[in-house]
Amino acid sequence: MTKKQKKMVFRLAASAVFLVCGIALEDRGSWAWIPFILSYLAAGYDIPLKALRNISKGQVFDENFLMTVATFGAIAVGALEEAVAVMLFYQLGELFNDYAVGRSRQSIAALMDINPEYANLLRDGKEEQVDPYEVEVDDIILVKPGEKVPLDGVVSKGNSSLDTKALTGESMPVDVKEGDAIVSGSINLTGALEVRVTKLFDDSTVAKILELVENASSRKARAENFITRFARVYTPIVVVLAVILAVVPPLFTGNWGVWIYRACSFLVVSCPCALVISVPLSFFGGLGAASRQGILLKGSNYLEAVSYMDTVVFDKTGTLTTGKFQVAEVVPADGSAAGKTVDMAGGNGERAADSQGNGADTPAARLLRAAAFAERHSNHPIAVSLREAYGREIDQSQVAETRELAGKGICSAIMENGEWKTVYVGNRKLMEEQGISISSQPSRMGTTLYVAEEGRYLGCVVISDTIRQDTKAAVASLRQAGVRRMVMLTGDREETGKAVAAEIGLDEVYGGLLPGDKVDKVEELLKTKREGTTLGFVGDGINDAPVLSRADVGIAMGGIGSDAAVEAADMVIMTDEPSKIVDAIAIARKTVGIVKQNIVFAIGVKVLVLLLTAAGFATMWAAVFGDVGVSVLAILNAMRALQYRK
Amino acid sequence: MKKIVKLEGLCCANCAAKIEDGVKKLPGVKEATLSFMTQRLVMEVEDGREDEVIAAARKVADKIEPEAEFRVVR
Repeated sequence: MTKKQKKMVFRLAASAVFLVCGIALEDRGSWAWIPFILSYLAAGYDIPLKALRNISKGQVFDENFLMTVATFGAIAVGALEEAVAVMLFYQLGELFNDYAVGRSRQSIAALMDINPEYANLLRDGKEEQVDPYEVEVDDIILVKPGEKVPLDGVVSKGNSSLDTKALTGESMPVDVKEGDAIVSGSINLTGALEVRVTKLFDDSTVAKILELVENASSRKARAENFITRFARVYTPIVVVLAVILAVVPPLFTGNWGVWIYRACSFLVVSCPCALVISVPLSFFGGLGAASRQGILLKGSNYLEAVSYMDTVVFDKTGTLTTGKFQVAEVVPADGSAAGKTVDMAGGNGERAADSQGNGADTPAARLLRAAAFAERHSNHPIAVSLREAYGREIDQSQVAETRELAGKGICSAIMENGEWKTVYVGNRKLMEEQGISISSQPSRMGTTLYVAEEGRYLGCVVISDTIRQDTKAAVASLRQAGVRRMVMLTGDREETGKAVAAEIGLDEVYGGLLPGDKVDKVEELLKTKREGTTLGFVGDGINDAPVLSRADVGIAMGGIGSDAAVEAADMVIMTDEPSKIVDAIAIARKTVGIVKQNIVFAIGVKVLVLLLTAAGFATMWAAVFGDVGVSVLAILNAMRALQYRK
Repeated sequence: MKKIVKLEGLCCANCAAKIEDGVKKLPGVKEATLSFMTQRLVMEVEDGREDEVIAAARKVADKIEPEAEFRVVR
């Protein structure tokens, strides 16, 4: 609690004591008004003063003024006890608001406590504590155990494990060694690290994230704008009604006291703060709950949009799949001795090759060796994956005369068992051209390379992108969460895309798309989505910035280290798990649900109290509930948004 | 030019909405949002009018919520 709040607690306690005294003494004498007035002053002496001050500044209809008029009016018609209670409870409600808001501000600040205060710069072997802003690229900094990594960089010396929980929501520490890239905002746990800085502080991950989080609540949700607009008309309307109520009926009935009392009740209910506060508080909590899961949203409006998400469009490579090519299958020619298919999907290529034993024992290993040797000089991802799968050093002296055959493959001379052999590696067309009959078929989808040696078919190798571990589960959960349409866009061939889509359970696939085509496709899907729903596009932020910004919710995955993604997207998933989208939807729906409950509840109770008061069925105590009670309940409800458990 | 102001001690959500409204209407302000929860006023200001706008915004905030401390972050 702040000092201001403690003082208020003391004032309210004193006020309550006086109020009780007043009620006890009420029937015993004409001087019973004294404790009531003391109680009123203890609780709210500053309210009329603030009202006066604000009027002098030209600010008339604020809540200080409304409360002052309401309580003075009640005192004037003899409802002293009610006037005091109104003031006491009004202040109590304000105190509670203040406390609750402070609490949730703090909890989010603690959550986002990733801002490094200093960096240990190593200069000429000496260590110096400097502001992270002053560190330049290629400087060496020292990060001791227990310290935050202040800037993005590469470990140049040392081993340690890092806690990246604040960034990714992942509680397992990450082990790092020399040569590994590390991101700012993570906490060094075990060993001292020397780090070569790769980015200035302003460009580092931590600065980007802080910028994103701090600006998040600037983009307001529709519900937020609705409630402030509502408050803008609500208060004047109720005040005008109060004036009418105080003047018009008594002109006919002459019963001035009763109607002024009712008008004062109206003024008590007219305060808009309870309504207005609970909505941003809920969204703030929702944004906090999401960032705790490693999901950053750029605004409450996006949280709202996520809750109505009905169509999810995925980019294939790097999103549903790891984006890394791997040898998925090695299929030797039929009829060869022990011509067994080797399925390598999901496994580590290196290990799989080693398990073949050494040398060219099995047909599969011979096939892989021939392909890897032939592709010795290429830097194409496919060639790289072949060499990775082969897993051993390739002796350059055993490869000669490599010719690229554009659009078909490669022809190369390689040494095998002391003899030079001509090897062709390429597509089906190349084999046909060489008059080689293909005698084995792959069972997996992907890019198929056929290999022939000295005019004899050796077999084929399938290279494909691997599907992320949690992709399948994520798609299933999304469907369970009510996402109706899941679409995949890919630059790859449609068949390759279809195979992946079928495996993970997507509805539609569009293949062979250039980045520009993806925008058109998303535009098309936006046109056909259902009224009142939104479309999310999930990409890895590489080359899909235009699509990310075109979708209702642009979702970038694997946000760490990718500035482009953080800038273009509306929602950033810090880890590379598509399943986080499911969490985002759950959090968003809960938050929007709470907001709706609060709006309906607060407006409902207020209108009901107004009606009952006008009809004479309710006292000013009901009005106090309509103001403070509603406010407290709405805030308690709003605080729930911060809690999220899977 | 983006200007960011922190309104420390802003404790009334409705006042925040009123301040945001007031600041939006100031000449030289292209866009403004005030988040009650983070107490940050973010303004998109026409180049060269920063000082003028900051002074005017300070007046608006002071009129509606005198308790809040007006601090220019950047």
